[in-house]
Amino acid sequence: MASAAETARKAERDDIRKRWLLSAPALLIIFFAAAGPLGIVIVYSFLEPGSYGDVRWSFSTDAWVSVVLQRDIFDETLSIADAHVAIFWRSVTLSLATTVFAFIFGFPTAYFIATRPERTRALWLFLITIPFWTNLLIRTFAIQEVIRNEGLFNIVLLKLGLISTPIQIIYTDTAIMIGMIYVYLPLMVLPLYASMEKLDFRLVEAGYDLYATRFQVLRRIILPMVKPGIVAGSILVFIPSLGAYVTPRILGGGRNLMLGNLIELQFGQGRNWPLGASLSITLLIIVLAALLIYIRYAGTGARNHG
Amino acid sequence: MPEKPDQIAIDVRHVTKVFGFGPDKVHALKDVSVAIRENEFFTLLGPSGCGKTTLLRLIAGFDFPTDGEILLHGQDIAPLPPYKRPVNTVFQSYALFPHLTVAQNIAFGLEMLGRPRAEIDARVSQMLTLVRMEELRNRSTAQISGGQQQRVALARALAPQPKVLLLDEPLSALDFKLRKEMQIELKRLQHETGITFIFVTHDQEEALTMSDRIAVMSAGNILQVGSPKDIYDRPAVRFVADFIGETNFLEAAMVSSTKDRASVRLGSGAVIDASVPKGFSPSGKVTVVIRPEHARLADDGGELSGRLANIVYFGTDTHFHVDLDGGGSFIVRQQNTRDESRRAQEGDKVSIVVGTGAAQVLRD
Repeated sequence: MASAAETARKAERDDIRKRWLLSAPALLIIFFAAAGPLGIVIVYSFLEPGSYGDVRWSFSTDAWVSVVLQRDIFDETLSIADAHVAIFWRSVTLSLATTVFAFIFGFPTAYFIATRPERTRALWLFLITIPFWTNLLIRTFAIQEVIRNEGLFNIVLLKLGLISTPIQIIYTDTAIMIGMIYVYLPLMVLPLYASMEKLDFRLVEAGYDLYATRFQVLRRIILPMVKPGIVAGSILVFIPSLGAYVTPRILGGGRNLMLGNLIELQFGQGRNWPLGASLSITLLIIVLAALLIYIRYAGTGARNHG
Repeated sequence: MPEKPDQIAIDVRHVTKVFGFGPDKVHALKDVSVAIRENEFFTLLGPSGCGKTTLLRLIAGFDFPTDGEILLHGQDIAPLPPYKRPVNTVFQSYALFPHLTVAQNIAFGLEMLGRPRAEIDARVSQMLTLVRMEELRNRSTAQISGGQQQRVALARALAPQPKVLLLDEPLSALDFKLRKEMQIELKRLQHETGITFIFVTHDQEEALTMSDRIAVMSAGNILQVGSPKDIYDRPAVRFVADFIGETNFLEAAMVSSTKDRASVRLGSGAVIDASVPKGFSPSGKVTVVIRPEHARLADDGGELSGRLANIVYFGTDTHFHVDLDGGGSFIVRQQNTRDESRRAQEGDKVSIVVGTGAAQVLRD
């Protein structure tokens, strides 16, 4: 019996070793491609900028100070860095707006797909994911073609005589938002669909039976039950929107920067790697904070509903 | 049983329901008319696909009739959405809201009707008492058993005091013992609330034990409406006789008939008395049905004779399968006693005595 117990222990040890071996490639990639570089970025944010990019290896908190403050060139007094704050503000508000609009457009879409007969749903889902097969740059340029002053949208309106001068959309915050909604919409639709597909539509009938109008059924039954999908979709849209780079770069025309562009600027023309690094960490902190708030909110929501 | 007032609660008039288009067309209901009385326990009985659930859904408002009217106390409700009908449903799957507690589920309908909070609370407590679920009011619906979910579904549907309660095979998911309990419970609730119950089931025994009246449905038609005793003892058509209980079909020839009685000659030559469905005047060859327990075995002197082919013992009673002399077979059911003085053996020649008034002529 002792040997049997011995064999069992050995089998367990082997099992653990096998699990570590199997997960080693993933763990290595996570360490070298994510955790490692993140550590480097954190270290860089506490160094001084080199004259031609790169960093000088001496400790400094200047980069962190200049995330939100700026030093006057003449009298060296500190004041709020308006430009940075404006960019933070634009990033957060545009991302929130993108999330809200993606939900407004995505919810009926997901509901539509979830209520189709089972055999046609796959087709609708496929249509939703088609844009994913196309390069982001190409999609963004396509949007630009539609909304620029000489683009399809304005030409049609001009020809119809509805407007006399082109509507300036391109190179505005609106353009950035349109682009981001278009790019991230599938990320809202898919998790919404996933939770709606599980929705028991007999509950909707039960709601109607118990005197709930369409709107009340939506608010009291459908929304609470697809909440996990709403939370997941909102996170999936909000977070990449916050760090978006290509879309604001092309559709914002380099005038309306978002955080991603500001960070790129510091690592490129700005030659201020520590500032770029501290901005990156700040972005990461905002994302984590948003996640925490969201998880908290989703958690209490679920508790309220028992 | 108290006298039921003859006022009509639900009047279904010439309702037709067609699903689909073109070659996929399905006639779920074909020109169905039925009047359901106030304060009645009314059952729609039939096999799956007979249209009973479709009719229930039309009354609830989940579907709308292709043609015809549905009157509730004289008012046509067929075009109204479900939330504008004073009718509530107990669903086969219960359809309890999983994100709400037991009490919140029961309160839902009253909240949607905009009743004051105090009234809602009082009514919810009253309902919880009615279905004996007081202790579980704050439980989530996932934390209670199937029988308890069933009670919550009932309480939720009864809370808004509907004029009519619709029950869509509500007992089918319960095990045998619980089902028996709930049958009694449902009768009690119907009695205490005085609400008209329309109950859908494919279980003939359930229908017979619970209903004031039964409508037997098949292939989108209502074949017969009547009290359980009417339906069982005087089935009008073959489907009803066959679907409900066990029965013997015999070919016979008409001898003479009055308004609701007839004399028929059986294959054996014996002439027996039989009842005739209302408004039907048979002639020539007819089919008569005789329930197995309405006949008994004898040594001789019966209207039918044959050889005992099979004896099946059921505990409470015994079924004797008899091969009739003129061809065909006949089942006799006899209550078992512990008197063992006289026992038939398989292979014995036997005679079958048909009780007075046991035979019924079928319309088809």
